[in-house]
Amino acid sequence: MTRARIFVVAGAFILLEILCRLGIIDRVTMIPPSEMLVALWQLIAGGRFDGDIAFTAYNIVAAFVLAVVGGFVIGGLLHASPRLRHVVEPLLSAYYAVPTFVFYPLLIVAFGVGRAPLIVIGAIFGIVVMIVHTMQGLDHVPPAVNKSAAMMKLGGIRRYVLVMVPAATPHLVSGIKLAVAYSVIGVVAGEFILATQGIGKRISFAYDNFDNRTMYGLLLLLLIVVTCVNAGLSTWEKRLHRRFGLR
Amino acid sequence: MSANSGKIALRGVTKVFAAGNGHGAVEALGPVDIDIAGGEFFSVVGPSGCGKSTLLDIIAGLSSPTTGEADFDGKPLAGGVPEGVGAVFQQDASFFWLNVWDNVAFGLRRKGVDAAEIRRRVSYALSFMGLTEFASAYPAQLSGGMRQRVCIARTFVLKPRLLLLDEPFGALDQQTRLVMGDELLRVWREIGATVILITHSLEEAAMLSDRVAVMSARPGRFIDFVVTRWPRSRDSRIIADERFGGITARLWGSLREESLKSLGNIGGAAMLDEPR
Amino acid sequence: MIPRRLDPILLMVAVLALWQGLELIAGPEVVASPAVTIVHAIALVQKSGFWQDAAETGLAFALASVISIAGGLLLGLWLGLHRFAGDVADPILGSLYSIPKITLYPLILLIFGLGMSAKVAFGVIHGVLPIAIFSMNAVRGVPPIHLKTARMLRMSKLSIAITILAPAALPEIVAGIRVGVALTLLGTLIGELFAATTGIGFALIRATDVHDVADILALTLMLFLFAASINSLLHFGERRMRHER
Repeated sequence: MTRARIFVVAGAFILLEILCRLGIIDRVTMIPPSEMLVALWQLIAGGRFDGDIAFTAYNIVAAFVLAVVGGFVIGGLLHASPRLRHVVEPLLSAYYAVPTFVFYPLLIVAFGVGRAPLIVIGAIFGIVVMIVHTMQGLDHVPPAVNKSAAMMKLGGIRRYVLVMVPAATPHLVSGIKLAVAYSVIGVVAGEFILATQGIGKRISFAYDNFDNRTMYGLLLLLLIVVTCVNAGLSTWEKRLHRRFGLR
Repeated sequence: MSANSGKIALRGVTKVFAAGNGHGAVEALGPVDIDIAGGEFFSVVGPSGCGKSTLLDIIAGLSSPTTGEADFDGKPLAGGVPEGVGAVFQQDASFFWLNVWDNVAFGLRRKGVDAAEIRRRVSYALSFMGLTEFASAYPAQLSGGMRQRVCIARTFVLKPRLLLLDEPFGALDQQTRLVMGDELLRVWREIGATVILITHSLEEAAMLSDRVAVMSARPGRFIDFVVTRWPRSRDSRIIADERFGGITARLWGSLREESLKSLGNIGGAAMLDEPR
Repeated sequence: MIPRRLDPILLMVAVLALWQGLELIAGPEVVASPAVTIVHAIALVQKSGFWQDAAETGLAFALASVISIAGGLLLGLWLGLHRFAGDVADPILGSLYSIPKITLYPLILLIFGLGMSAKVAFGVIHGVLPIAIFSMNAVRGVPPIHLKTARMLRMSKLSIAITILAPAALPEIVAGIRVGVALTLLGTLIGELFAATTGIGFALIRATDVHDVADILALTLMLFLFAASINSLLHFGERRMRHER
């Protein structure tokens, strides 16, 4: 199975390489994957983009932490208050149907150009998925588990910390995994639209100047990092599901 | 007998659930009067939906009666779970994020028992329930019967004076049920607690209990009591005893009419009664 | 106590109050008040320029939706019916889904140039994967006992597909289409934000460039209403299919 998977992925890359080398895909559109790798290595070794990488990484981490902590707290509060939850439910379900970063221009007006609007847009993009998964996780705590906690005289915040949250961990991890993806999208999209530095800014600058090596090098860097983080979290998620006997 | 022996006294206990969306008020239980002695193994059988679980919730302190009085060792059951009561439910309530050892130690840790004492009591409980070699396994790796053993061990380790069992073996197959019944009798003798068992299974009630109460269809009232007079040192082999069939037959005799009623369709009982 | 069926109104009041509060704190040059925005929106829908933009966006969205749904269904159903291919593809689809597709915008522009095809392509790369993943899982999730029952009735493969697989998997597939269509709209609009000279997304960028806050919010409001109505329409269909009232 794993072998077949490697075969499929490697095959796709080799096909792309051949198409590029034969000129069926021209160099203005895409450089061969092998050259992307070389370009990626050179721009990391050269250190030219260290500042931008640090800038973007900082923003993503800040946005992610805000989204996860905020989403966890709000999700917990909404779970505890079914009425409030019923009121805001339609908003939550329609949230991702709306391209949130149409608000980015407004944020620039409010916060100026810099870190702040990028972090805020990344956080508001990621927070709702965390809210939804926190509520789902708490919903799925079996009633018998809750009753047992009551029999042990665990109530209020202690029941929440010792029973509800641990039982909800697999769902929380799913939320965290998606919050990573959404924070990255928010921050990088913001940098594309308007920013003074950051990886998104460098990619769009390279695109405007037909500098395909830099552009594809940075693109590859972004994709590799995101895919690795995602794969790591997926593995953790699967392990938790298996250990907890969830499907 | 001391004051804290695990006695239960119910006087005129009823439970009415308030009207909610789409349905009127539901009279779920009672009135119920009963005295359960300390150390007694007491079972309740009754048709589905007769209020057995509601009765158990009231005795557990999870829910309060609408009218009447419920006392545990002379103190009124009101506002919360009293000290010294443990419960095992039909649905799997093992804490699936903890391994078996941590599951069993959970309640002791909450009470602030010191570490050496926790280790001693948990390892005793595990060996008593035959779980020692699974101490580091997670519930998901165990069968349904083993998980229920974990839940019993988790309660057993706290040495309750009153053990409440709500269909604890309902999801298990017949042979496992018999084996678990033996384990339960050993636990009962070991901790000397009062046990109140709610079950669908007449055989289970007849085999395990000192006394079996039969409940009517909703709102549930006690309509019959059967005293078994088994020796305290009994085990599942008593199902071969000649008196066993007599006890289950008496239980079914009291219960049949009520079961037909609870199946719901008016006239259903009459229809079945007609000879073909 | 306010009855529960008034909750949608409660939500609207709360959102409007929050919005108004934001305007008071941040000032009218940052956020236009709800009243100003609504007046502006009404003026906007009376202009022909707006309807040209809307038609442009609508066409791109419709094309992208059709391609996403057709492609996603084909891929997803095929993978769902072929156990091995599905097992191989599952994590690959998962990681492709999690890639921030927005980073691919230079690539899309280089391939399709500025204009309609780039917008459609952007919509499709966002929408096709969730539809494929949902429909694959939908087919795989049909309980084996149903298929066993069908085989005991000596049904042919085709009639099993029509009478068992399709109805059992349909609600889940519709859920996938709901998610996929929402993301297709998102992708189409992103395409317009970055790479278009017409459409609602482009109108948003134009409004941003000239700092017309009322225009930005009026367009956003209409986008929200459009997206929310499509979402609830598909949600309704999905609930009907699950026989939840």
